Amino acid sequence: MKNSNLISVNKVGSFFFQYAIYFVLLILILGITAVDPTFLSVNSIHDILLQSATRAIIALGAAFVLITGGVDLSAGRMVGFAAVISASMLQIQEYSHRFYPGLPNLPLWVPVLIAIFMGLLVGAINGLIVSRLSVPPFIATLGSMVAVLGLNSLYFDMKPNQSQPIGGLRPDFTTDLGSGFIGNGVYSIPYIVIIALLVAVIVWVIFNKTRLGKSMYAIGGNVQAAIVSGINVKRVLLYVYAIAGALYGLAGVMEAARTGGATSNYGNMYELDAIAACVVGGVSTAGGIGTVPGVLVGVLIFGVINYGLTYIGVSPYWQLIIKGLIIIAAVAFDIRKYLTKK
Amino acid sequence: MPENEFLLEMTNISKDFPGVKALDKVTLQVRPGTVHSLMGENGAGKSTLMKCLFGIYKPNAGEILLNGHKIEINNSKDALDRGISMIHQELHSVPRRNVMENLWLGRFPLKNFGPIKLIDDKRMYQDSMALFKDLGMDLDPRVLVGSLSVSKIQSIEIAKAVSYQAKVIVMDEPTSSLTGNEVEQLFKIIRSLKSRGVSIIYISHKIEEILEISDEVTIMRDGKRIGSWLATDLTTDLIISKMVGRDLTQRFPERHNTPGETVLRVEGLTSPFSKAFKEVSFDLRRGEILGIGGLVGAQRTELIEALFGMRTVSSGKIFINGKQVKIKSPMDAKKHKIALLTEERRATGIFPVLPIIENTVMANMNRYISPYFLLNQKTMRQDVEQRIEQMRIKTPSSKTQIKNLSGGNQQKVLIARWLLTEPEILMLDEPTRGIDVGAKFEIYSIIADLVQQGKSIIMISSEMPELIGMSDRIMVMCEGRLSGILEETHRTEEDIMYLATKFMA
Repeated sequence: MKNSNLISVNKVGSFFFQYAIYFVLLILILGITAVDPTFLSVNSIHDILLQSATRAIIALGAAFVLITGGVDLSAGRMVGFAAVISASMLQIQEYSHRFYPGLPNLPLWVPVLIAIFMGLLVGAINGLIVSRLSVPPFIATLGSMVAVLGLNSLYFDMKPNQSQPIGGLRPDFTTDLGSGFIGNGVYSIPYIVIIALLVAVIVWVIFNKTRLGKSMYAIGGNVQAAIVSGINVKRVLLYVYAIAGALYGLAGVMEAARTGGATSNYGNMYELDAIAACVVGGVSTAGGIGTVPGVLVGVLIFGVINYGLTYIGVSPYWQLIIKGLIIIAAVAFDIRKYLTKK
Repeated sequence: MPENEFLLEMTNISKDFPGVKALDKVTLQVRPGTVHSLMGENGAGKSTLMKCLFGIYKPNAGEILLNGHKIEINNSKDALDRGISMIHQELHSVPRRNVMENLWLGRFPLKNFGPIKLIDDKRMYQDSMALFKDLGMDLDPRVLVGSLSVSKIQSIEIAKAVSYQAKVIVMDEPTSSLTGNEVEQLFKIIRSLKSRGVSIIYISHKIEEILEISDEVTIMRDGKRIGSWLATDLTTDLIISKMVGRDLTQRFPERHNTPGETVLRVEGLTSPFSKAFKEVSFDLRRGEILGIGGLVGAQRTELIEALFGMRTVSSGKIFINGKQVKIKSPMDAKKHKIALLTEERRATGIFPVLPIIENTVMANMNRYISPYFLLNQKTMRQDVEQRIEQMRIKTPSSKTQIKNLSGGNQQKVLIARWLLTEPEILMLDEPTRGIDVGAKFEIYSIIADLVQQGKSIIMISSEMPELIGMSDRIMVMCEGRLSGILEETHRTEEDIMYLATKFMA
């Protein structure tokens, strides 16, 4: 039954609210182009997408947790751990400082899957701590963030490596996967970007088309009501943190492939970038709200800022200030949607 | 100051929202030292009118007069400064702080400690005690607010309003969480406020209460004032007909229930907590409505939440269709075809930011799983839209966030949610609380239909006419124990009250 007598919203205003972040992205691009018109090139797009790909995967993982009303601080350190694990098993035979001197050439997918699986495992542990021990997500993942750094550092410090940066990675890992692309010349799409897009599609399907997705939104929207509705909240949270962990693992592998190396300091503070991208992309830190396109645009906004502002010669310190202000402005703006309803 | 006939006058207030005329030249005139009730269905404009009074909305036309002088109110602090105060439906207190800190929050009495000002606890205590004594309230200023009942917290709010020298106090659904004695207690306080010359604007859906406490009644419908009457000139039927704009010949649908075999048997259900329910035994038959009556604190909600697996049980047995079952979680309860509509719609019912579709299918997504773990969105939407149509849920679309619907419509969505699970036993905890008369009747009709289809209903209600009008049998609880089951033949409000207070010291 339709009824026009309900709260009617200002159409124009609501349209603007709905697509505000897309306007922000557009304004950023236009502004940077105004300063230096050469910015708007296939080359720039290519570079921005390449830089944003791993970040998008981390941000999508973070979005899983944020939508349930939680937060995952362990993301960055898990990226680092996965990067080190995958790199340690993918060095060329001739390299002088091999992590595992006697290790034969493994099929590429073996170390990759081991690294992703480590992420899944740590994520699952996060999920168990949150759901079974009822530790608040902030504290649970703060703890695992610190512990994973320790774990990674121990591994990284094993003999004979002893905390040397891991280099000499196999070309099938770095050149083929990390820098490979479809197409030729400037009109090409890097594999890493394709992987990120594939992940985005899968995550979109989970968010929108599956029971797990609907349950996540329900838990973030009102956990008590979710329990009463007979949703298996503990299991959903376990899956959510585990999937997020696996995505961080994948991102770590891609980071190692892209940069051709790894150290235990990889991924430092990436969780904050991911959370910032989510928040700018309209994911509510209170839970229950967030979309995949939003997260991707959030990531792109930071990608454009990083690349574009450097391109036009803005000092990196100013870039930090601008990023910080954008995060605050995004939330201050976003929260208006809920304040006005009262 | 010359005494005016009216203490507060809101004259010809109009308020437009895009596309809706929320208030159309509404006038409200409140005499000093009286209780003036404001009635109307949800959406009639009562809250909008009050929001205009407190400056939350700016009216498009009309003026507000206090003691005959035109006043301008831009926010609730302005209102407070002029002696207009509001007791909200949802109480805003700081549970982890004590009574007096809540009372004097933001204006603590201070004392000098050298050059520094410190909070004067002693004076705060004395002032609080004096205020409570004055109002005939029995409250300890040093007790944590979180440990108090809703009615006590409400008393604090009222005391707070009085301490601000309030001349007009607006009470929005003040009794929605109170029963029996507590309502009487509130009315006592209201009468003492009246004798001090304070006027009360009383907003409520409970007609019996309105008739008891009001001096005058203003009734609104569709943003217009229908009229104002002396309470003594009104009757329940008159009020209802003026509110809904048509004659309601009956408040409850007719019952033709034919209870069949026993579907649920509960034996000696006991909570591990000493103050909770103990040794409760009863049975429920197919096609029957079993009402549960009792005062707040009778542990009715706790009992049915235990049946639904939300609370632990130390002993007792539950049989469904003769077979003993263990229900340890809502998931178990769902497997046994039990559904529960909880009392706290906001806290444990709705997902405020999610669309109606999600809100409706959330308890039963298994029904929509297609191959590869994907949900069949099309059937989901069709099912939900069919329910919206069937249950006459007023909403712009199935994608509207549920928080934008009125209480009655939210409740219908929640009922739809549980009906999709195809339950055999439906437990309803205060299903019509805070819902207007028209929507109430619709919910009663839905319940009656379900029983006709052979479902069994357990309904907790604190409204005695509702219990008597709807139930086949009424089970009454007092202090966690079953105090009696009233059969069809003789049961009056007195019978229920007698059982509800049976074990009280």
